[in-house]
Amino acid sequence: MAPSSSSISSPAAAPAVAGEKPPLLELVNLWKRFGDGPAQVTAVSNVNLKIREGEFVCLVGPSGCGKSTLFNMVGGLLPADDDGSILMHGRPMADGALLGKVSFMPQRDLLFAWRNVVDNAILGLEVEGTPKAAARARALEMLPDFGLKGFEKHYPHQLSGGMRQRVALMRTFLFERDMILLDEPFGALDALTRAMMQRWLLDIWARYRRTVLFITHDIDEAIFLGDRVVVMTARPGTIKCDEVIELPRPRDAGIVTSPDFIDIKRRLLGAIEEEARKSFVSTTGGAG
Amino acid sequence: MADISLDGAAKGTGIGRRLGLVAERIVWPLLTLAVALGGWTLIQQTVATDLPGVGETLARGIELFSDPFYIAGPNDQGIFWQLLYSLGRVLAGFGLACLIGLPLGLLIGTSQAASRAFTPFIEVMRPVSPLAWLPIGLLLFRAVDPSAIFVILITSIWPVILNTAAGVRAVPADYVQVGRVLRLGRLAMFRRILLPAALPYVLAGMRLSLGTAWMVIVAAEMLTGGVGIGFFIWDEWNNLSVPSILVAIVLIGLVGIALDAAMAAVQRRLSH
Repeated sequence: MAPSSSSISSPAAAPAVAGEKPPLLELVNLWKRFGDGPAQVTAVSNVNLKIREGEFVCLVGPSGCGKSTLFNMVGGLLPADDDGSILMHGRPMADGALLGKVSFMPQRDLLFAWRNVVDNAILGLEVEGTPKAAARARALEMLPDFGLKGFEKHYPHQLSGGMRQRVALMRTFLFERDMILLDEPFGALDALTRAMMQRWLLDIWARYRRTVLFITHDIDEAIFLGDRVVVMTARPGTIKCDEVIELPRPRDAGIVTSPDFIDIKRRLLGAIEEEARKSFVSTTGGAG
Repeated sequence: MADISLDGAAKGTGIGRRLGLVAERIVWPLLTLAVALGGWTLIQQTVATDLPGVGETLARGIELFSDPFYIAGPNDQGIFWQLLYSLGRVLAGFGLACLIGLPLGLLIGTSQAASRAFTPFIEVMRPVSPLAWLPIGLLLFRAVDPSAIFVILITSIWPVILNTAAGVRAVPADYVQVGRVLRLGRLAMFRRILLPAALPYVLAGMRLSLGTAWMVIVAAEMLTGGVGIGFFIWDEWNNLSVPSILVAIVLIGLVGIALDAAMAAVQRRLSH
């Protein structure tokens, strides 16, 4: 029998081997509750996750499972509860210390309408004190990689959805941080543009080899892009399974029809559908 | 055989479209003007015989503009100087309104406490007639120019404050999140994100403010005297020169249009 193309590890983070380089990001027993008393809502519960340098980790789960809450905590926009901790390079991060430590791209591209392509892309560099001319030169070098050559003077309203996302991603890549957080960056795009953007993102990732935490609803997207796919449970969100995707790289569009891909998808779908059912039952007040 | 080309048809359509544009931009406004002048003539000949006719007013206009730059004394100056003085006061008052209104609007838009503190005050002050402020201005400054500028400031500041505050409140929360991720300080957040994002609102407020300022100056100058288009109207009324007043009214309207067009151009240039 052929060896399995992926393996499911337990949700708990394995202890680091002595002398081994600590993971880039480690979430230890992470919780997030909103409100007090009987009205309190637990969005994220006891999340343990390790992400190593250069890894592309995809996070999937049913709607309302706390993916975006987790994203905001890792981005430093939301403090984690005291029960757990977030470590970067093995060092615990206090409240607010994560701000600016990661590059961050939420669901909407959030390009500034008053800035052209290049000026949108260099915002992070500008804020850090890089002289404008030097920042622009770096951005102009990067434009061809991001398929934006010739569009440097265009404003966001003059660009298509896919191009806007590429500008936003370029801004994220130019704001050089060890880790990039992407929250459903292709969610608003049509299917064809989305597929193109996925392949393009893999090319860019292979070239720049940054560590990526990618949040998505789309299982195909997660398997196609990721080194690992982490599945979250229905609220309160915790990690149900963490599947290593051992599909060969570079990946092309044809891989989605391969038996290995379909096999992984079947397993992950089973895990997610179970959670989606739970989440549906909890929001409708019981099974029908 | 006749040569029927599609090109000719297209040209015909092009000419038709061009004629349509000419009608839209020139013929209709001229038609409105003709109706207005006809109405004026009819009223002058039937109801208000004391009202100067179109010809008499036009003649007075030509007379006024034949020597607009004369200076015969401190209060007897050509129409150009009258307009210039008024514009100077308007721009001074408007400039102060922007200078004070912009930071105040930013503060109100970003701070709940500031909003609660200032909103009742603004709501009480905003409906007060410009003329009600004039005695206060004269009492405070005891001079014509600063009093007129004060009245313009106090009546034209509200659109700047309110629109700036509304603009800042309308900035998507996600933009602020981007600023936080980039670790922008409060001042940098204002400069790089809040103000540019709110700019269309701010400029709309400024445009309203400038229109208000130009309306107010005429009334203010009528009561304060000195040199200015408002005083010119009052002076001509005292001289029973109604044609001069009608010329001044048209002139005030034209300058108002020019000021609004200038602000609209700035809006187009700076808005995103």
